[in-house]
Amino acid sequence: MPVIVDDTRQVNAPARLTHGRGGYGPFSPGNDRLHTLEGSSPPPANTAIWVGIAAIVMMFAGFTSALVVRQGAGMDWQHLALPPILLFNTIVLLASSVTLELFRRGLPSRSTGALASLQAKPYWLYGTLALGLVFVIGQYQAWLALNREGLYVSTNPNCSFFYVLTGVHAAHVLGGLGGLVYIIMKFRSRQLRRSAFSTAATYWHFMDVLWIYLLALLWLKL
Amino acid sequence: MAKLLAITIIVIAVLSAIPIVAHIWEPPADVARHGPAIDRQTDETMWEAGLCFLAGQIVLAIFIWKYAGRGRDRKIGYFPGGGRGLVIAAFLIVGTEVLALGAVGTKSWGNIYFTPIGPEAMPVQVQAGQFAFYFRYPGPDGKFGPIHPQLISEANENFFGLDTQNDAASRDDIVTAEMAIPVDREIHLLMHSKDLGHSFYVPALRIQQDFVPGLDLSIHFTADKIGRYEIVCTQLCGLGHYNMKAYLEVMSEQDFNDWLKKEAALQ
Amino acid sequence: MNDAHAHVTLHHGPPQSFIRKYVFSLDHKVIGKQYYGLGLLAVFIGMILSWIMRLHLGWTNLAIPGLDLLSKNGAPGGILTPEYYLELMTMHGTIMVFFVLTVAPFAAFGNFFLPIQVGAEDMPFPHFNMMSFWVTFVAFCVLISSFFVGDGPPLAGWTSYAPLSAVGAVAGPGQGTGQVLWACSIGLFCIGQLLGSLNFIPTTLDLRAKGMTFTRMPFTVWAWFITSCMGLTAFAVLMPACILLIMDHLAGTSFFIASNLVVSDQLQPHSGGSTLLWQHLFWFFGHPEVYIAIVPAMGIVSHILVTSMRRAMISFNAIVGSMIALAFLSYMVYGHHMFVSGMNPVSSLVFSFPTLIITIPSTILVLIWLGSIYQSRLRITTPSLFCLGFISMFITGGVSGFFLAQPPVDIMLHATYFVVGHFHFVMAVAAIFGIFAGTYFWFPKMFGRMMSERLGKIHFWLTFVGVYCIFMPFHYLGIAGNVRRYQAFVDDYTLHLIPVHQFITVAALFTGGVQLIFLYNLIHSRFWGEPAPDNPWEGTSLEWTIPSPPPFDNFGGRHPIVYHDPFQYGVRTASGADYIMQDSPEQAALESSPTS
Repeated sequence: MPVIVDDTRQVNAPARLTHGRGGYGPFSPGNDRLHTLEGSSPPPANTAIWVGIAAIVMMFAGFTSALVVRQGAGMDWQHLALPPILLFNTIVLLASSVTLELFRRGLPSRSTGALASLQAKPYWLYGTLALGLVFVIGQYQAWLALNREGLYVSTNPNCSFFYVLTGVHAAHVLGGLGGLVYIIMKFRSRQLRRSAFSTAATYWHFMDVLWIYLLALLWLKL
Repeated sequence: MAKLLAITIIVIAVLSAIPIVAHIWEPPADVARHGPAIDRQTDETMWEAGLCFLAGQIVLAIFIWKYAGRGRDRKIGYFPGGGRGLVIAAFLIVGTEVLALGAVGTKSWGNIYFTPIGPEAMPVQVQAGQFAFYFRYPGPDGKFGPIHPQLISEANENFFGLDTQNDAASRDDIVTAEMAIPVDREIHLLMHSKDLGHSFYVPALRIQQDFVPGLDLSIHFTADKIGRYEIVCTQLCGLGHYNMKAYLEVMSEQDFNDWLKKEAALQ
Repeated sequence: MNDAHAHVTLHHGPPQSFIRKYVFSLDHKVIGKQYYGLGLLAVFIGMILSWIMRLHLGWTNLAIPGLDLLSKNGAPGGILTPEYYLELMTMHGTIMVFFVLTVAPFAAFGNFFLPIQVGAEDMPFPHFNMMSFWVTFVAFCVLISSFFVGDGPPLAGWTSYAPLSAVGAVAGPGQGTGQVLWACSIGLFCIGQLLGSLNFIPTTLDLRAKGMTFTRMPFTVWAWFITSCMGLTAFAVLMPACILLIMDHLAGTSFFIASNLVVSDQLQPHSGGSTLLWQHLFWFFGHPEVYIAIVPAMGIVSHILVTSMRRAMISFNAIVGSMIALAFLSYMVYGHHMFVSGMNPVSSLVFSFPTLIITIPSTILVLIWLGSIYQSRLRITTPSLFCLGFISMFITGGVSGFFLAQPPVDIMLHATYFVVGHFHFVMAVAAIFGIFAGTYFWFPKMFGRMMSERLGKIHFWLTFVGVYCIFMPFHYLGIAGNVRRYQAFVDDYTLHLIPVHQFITVAALFTGGVQLIFLYNLIHSRFWGEPAPDNPWEGTSLEWTIPSPPPFDNFGGRHPIVYHDPFQYGVRTASGADYIMQDSPEQAALESSPTS
């Protein structure tokens, strides 16, 4: 049984397919002759993940503008020293993206027809999951570090934003971990589709990018 | 049925226009120096909006009358100019109208917000809180004493939280529940909110400005006519919002001075 | 290994159990109907709330029977207290804007018809789609629960301005628990809509049938696609606002609460927050939201008009381009809700220009609709009547917006009934007419039965005249300076306006009562209506190529191929029909000359 399933198909496809072929071909001008549009649509999951990413970007844009406005409004902005564990967490998160890519390398490439060999090993995938968990625990440790200094969510606005931004990001990372668990389960039952994997991977890498942005924002603004 | 709909649309359009044209329900008469510019702009807008409204509804009605129920024997025609013509028309007509009004509006807006406050302007402070307006005059020293929020108390009638013991500037401040101003004198209104969002609306003065808790802002205006006008709150502030109002009395200079002396004695 | 068989079943088979068929369904058609049911429930609740409000406004000391059963404190002896009026008003606005105007034209009809109109067997992520409905339903329940929990629903209006909405119960009844429940409900609603957009956008981009290019998509597909893009970005900004509001309530933060505020003689333990921040975040969402409410209705009306006029719109590009322009511009105009809010007056001027410019695409749409009716063969049916009514409403509402777009004119009209009249016409009534048009048009397809044309026409006539009687006077009240959100009118300068309010109340109760005709028609036709043919309106788009009602996989396993745009009307065909379906290979000879 194949390790991973390709979802793009040729035009003469069996009946039970989902997505059609009308998609990204060149516009056909208004002369109503039938145009066979060649080429296939991307799998919907690939589009959908970018839809989701757009929404998450807008959400953090909202938080960012709240931060900027709040900083301008109140006189009570006090510099917040970021807990050092954040650096460790950042490295862990970036490493988890590396392990995810290493897993992808191990997958049979699209062009090879023979899918029978079971070359892909799941260890890198488990590694990603583990590192992701370490990240979330590390973020919690950062919160505890602030607590030890007497800085709670309502102590001052910098703290409020620190907790909100890291908390919401961590919630999304947990969602990403859920997605990784799904990928692992599908992989183990040999039902993993390439589009599902690439969707989860795109989301996971986006968590990295988002974290780098947030870290920069926190460091510069708080 | 189509013809009936066409007639109904026209009847509704005409009936809707009647109260406007007949000036049945009008805002209170304008008493502000900057008021005529606003009223002119509103009238101008009413003409253009009214014409667009009537034209739109009448054309809709005519087209329904003429083209409903046409059979297959009638040719399907194209509006002169086609889609492109209509798009160009929209850009030209609406665009010029809109930009013209926008340009004129910039001027009347600027009159209110971008003109400097004259040196002779009389400062008055208004504080909004659930559910009343209170006013404060600086007294002979011309200075407002500081507000101490922790001293604010409705029960003690210390509405502004003044500490007359320790703040010299507070001692001669005059706090009132009604606002009085001299006619033809520029007023510099300092706006402060005690608790939540409120708004200061005096229809006769053609003024509406929100209070912003945490931000002390001000507006300035001059009243042209003696009279008694209502100030009402227009930003939802709680259950008493509908009843949150005060009176503004525009008086002659002499009457105003007498009134101020009387109020000072009551402090 | 043979690739052709090396596939995984990517989609669900036909549902077997009752739960899978009717409750937790993965079928976009069932989900669409569930959304419609939710919208129907919400609109009746919202309408009853408006009746109670209108009765109170006309006759302030009137005892409304039964109201004291809903709330002993809120309406002792059946007479509304001032705070309860505001609470009902808040719930009216919230329910109508979110659970009717976003749900019905977009989520309900969109879910049902978008996949069919592009030729797909379902949305790509049926589980997310199912979750989208149930999350929205739970959001609705959370909102309604505020009636029965704590000291009632919040009273801060659907706009929930801070600090009133942020300081908690000290500001008034319902501002504690009620406000938090409100924010949770809206937050959940945002998630539900995102799950919807996650389906709508990939369906439109990736699941189109062979031959269905962008220029061959019906107007409704364009409208739903544009609306999903707006929803994605707008709701994603409302969510952080709600999260920060909840934190101000529960975590003691001060995002929106400034320093030194004394509420009810109590100095608030908050500092440094920004009052205007809430308004900026809210209206950045709020303005696109009103276009989210109207653009699907524009798409539905355009789609139905084409079928009713028996000709294409005179410019496809103008209609679609205008909808896109509206969506794009909608993000730039939000400050027109804040002209006198205390933000920098220069910003007010800056916002007023795009607000005036946005008149242009709206005008283009109206002109194209009118220009297409010109020399068409307009059929008068219930759906087309509601479309014509929509155009009339949209003209009226649009024209009143012209006043509000100019800051100096807005000084007099802000927060008066003029604004309330404007948005009820252009958003509420126009969108509802779009929903009605869609209902009468698509009911045969959805349920396999025709609705009664006779009752539909009666419904149209009484509603059309009724809503003008209700909402046109709002403009006169506003011009006279009648302030909104007041539970009673005690100011000297508005006392003479109370008879106008009473007239409006009578009209509102009457028009509301008329909607029972619609409800009866819906229910009666569902079970006892005439069986509907596949294509009762002689339409050309793909939904009319499948049976009424459609099988669970829409096209019965076949993959439609699209040869035309959906505007092949007024053509000469071999069969004598004046139209060609999108999936028919027949080429049209345009009618060359009239016979008369």
